[in-house]
Amino acid sequence: MSRTMMPETSTRGVPAPPAPSAAVTDEAPLTRWVLIGAAVAFLLLFLVLPLIAIFAEALRRGIAAYFASFADPDTQDAIRLTLLVAAIAVPLNVVFGIAAAWAVAKFDFAGKSLFVTFIDLPFSVSPVVSGLVFVLLFGAHGVFGGFLQAHDIRIIFAVPGIVLATIFVTFPFVARELIPLMQEQGTAEEEAALTLGASGFRMFLTVTLPNVKWALLYGVLLANARAMGEFGAVSVVSGHIRGLTNTMPLQVEILYNEYAFVGAFAVASLLAGLALVTLVAKALLEWRYGDALARTHRHG
Amino acid sequence: MEIRAEAITKRFGEATVLADVDVHVHAGELVALLGPSGSGKTTLLRIFAGLEQPSAGRILLGGEDATQVPVQARGVGFMFQHYALFRHLTVAENIAYGLKVRPRASRPSNAAIRARVTELLDLVQLPGLERRYPAQLSGGQRQRVALARALAVDPKVLLLDEPFGALDAQVRRDLRRWLRDIHERTGHTTLFVTHDQDEALEIADRVAILDQGRLEQIGTPDEIYEHPATAFVAGFIGEATRLPVEARGGVVRLGPHALALNGTRLADGPASLFVRPRDLVLADDGKANALPANVVAVRRAGPARRAELHLGEGLPTVEMELPADAVIGKGDVVQVALTRLRVFGG
Repeated sequence: MSRTMMPETSTRGVPAPPAPSAAVTDEAPLTRWVLIGAAVAFLLLFLVLPLIAIFAEALRRGIAAYFASFADPDTQDAIRLTLLVAAIAVPLNVVFGIAAAWAVAKFDFAGKSLFVTFIDLPFSVSPVVSGLVFVLLFGAHGVFGGFLQAHDIRIIFAVPGIVLATIFVTFPFVARELIPLMQEQGTAEEEAALTLGASGFRMFLTVTLPNVKWALLYGVLLANARAMGEFGAVSVVSGHIRGLTNTMPLQVEILYNEYAFVGAFAVASLLAGLALVTLVAKALLEWRYGDALARTHRHG
Repeated sequence: MEIRAEAITKRFGEATVLADVDVHVHAGELVALLGPSGSGKTTLLRIFAGLEQPSAGRILLGGEDATQVPVQARGVGFMFQHYALFRHLTVAENIAYGLKVRPRASRPSNAAIRARVTELLDLVQLPGLERRYPAQLSGGQRQRVALARALAVDPKVLLLDEPFGALDAQVRRDLRRWLRDIHERTGHTTLFVTHDQDEALEIADRVAILDQGRLEQIGTPDEIYEHPATAFVAGFIGEATRLPVEARGGVVRLGPHALALNGTRLADGPASLFVRPRDLVLADDGKANALPANVVAVRRAGPARRAELHLGEGLPTVEMELPADAVIGKGDVVQVALTRLRVFGG
């Protein structure tokens, strides 16, 4: 989840002071070109080439073969499941993210910094561990395994497990976007709304939410990209049952392992396309609403 | 509408921010809550508004106990220190907010709301700025919009938290008089918080002085200035210098000097003498209560000139306002007399 550093939008439009002939930060031309060249070469090799490779492989046997691979019922199920999982996980994380950010930004309570640290846990822990946690909790030999079996509830190797794992790994996105922004905005506007007669809910709808809407959208975008693309945690809890518990990333792996390269890369191209759309939307948001977002970009 | 705080105490955890404070604002009065930072003045204002709950005591609005009334139902107009304008709404939408959130039954029509916004913008002398956003306004303009927004809901009481705190000195002075004008025109019972004594003394009908959560004195600006009730008020108001003295048998000893108390009653023991620049005059030699003083420096303070005087070993220097024609320079020894003796025990 690398994030590009944003340009300082606040300085936009301010004319640059006349540059002295050799500023201390100027490099010799050779150094400059070597540095730029290295950066561009790296970008090409590790980002652009693989992206091109995905689409090239997907289209190797022509457009018809590319679209034919989406006719595969297992692939269709995988796409459907991925959309379903994202449709459940993302809204839940929006609710959680707003609640957590609200609690952190507007109230003081014991253990607040610990709470903020825990929000970041899914970022720092390996996705495989994230998946394993749920197996240990809800698997056949897990903590709640006996109870779940007795009541015939399937979580691991079923859709609920995938949803849980996805919620877990996308946990921080919305909250982390909102917390710094809400903290900076403080509670004065909310209090003003209350003194003017607004109810708590009305205040939330007319003051709090509009003030964070772009950061919220930004968080949703990132959470959605991750929810659809998550492999590790989902792989552990899924069980890889075709047509039932395979999401798109898992389907890519299965097809690839079966030497169905066109099918594998066709599905991969959808994920890559999602990434590109996310990237463009993110860039648009940053360009248009950079002022409201910039403050939230201290974290990696 | 008159408002009253009765025996208000507020504790945050261990810290007592307000201790047994009584403040009464008469209908139509403009009262200042004055005190240094940390004196609890903003907390008291927020308790009036219902933004904080007191730990003990009652708030009476118009004679009725409003302590348990939620902030939305108190009918107060609150202006926040940094104005807290809704940044995503235009000036007109900001002002209209309090009318638009009313339940359908009591909400004015859109046309009526628009008319009210226009009327208020005229009142605060900002016509034509309806479509601006708060970020496009100057500090003084924001303050006016915030006041218009608070007035829009026809509050029974206006509560202003450091209304001029975020403005520069020149704008502050202009807006002081303007606020006083608005007050006279609208007649709202108004309570405002400030740390600036000039501001409080200039525009308030009465001033309540708080220190460390206690009400030190409440009275008209003249009463506060001329008759400070406590040592804190005497030291806080009017650039006074505090000198340690010793009272014994109707006389206070100031370093090597003895000053007759002239009727002021004071228990024997250590006491504090408060001297303002205007309390000192040049005196002829040998006059009663005349003190010799060394001139440490002569400085200009706005229209007046002031001398810094050293009255004796171990005493802080005091300032004296000089007559325009006084020919006095650094290093001179002069005779000065105190026109009044502000002494408090302890």
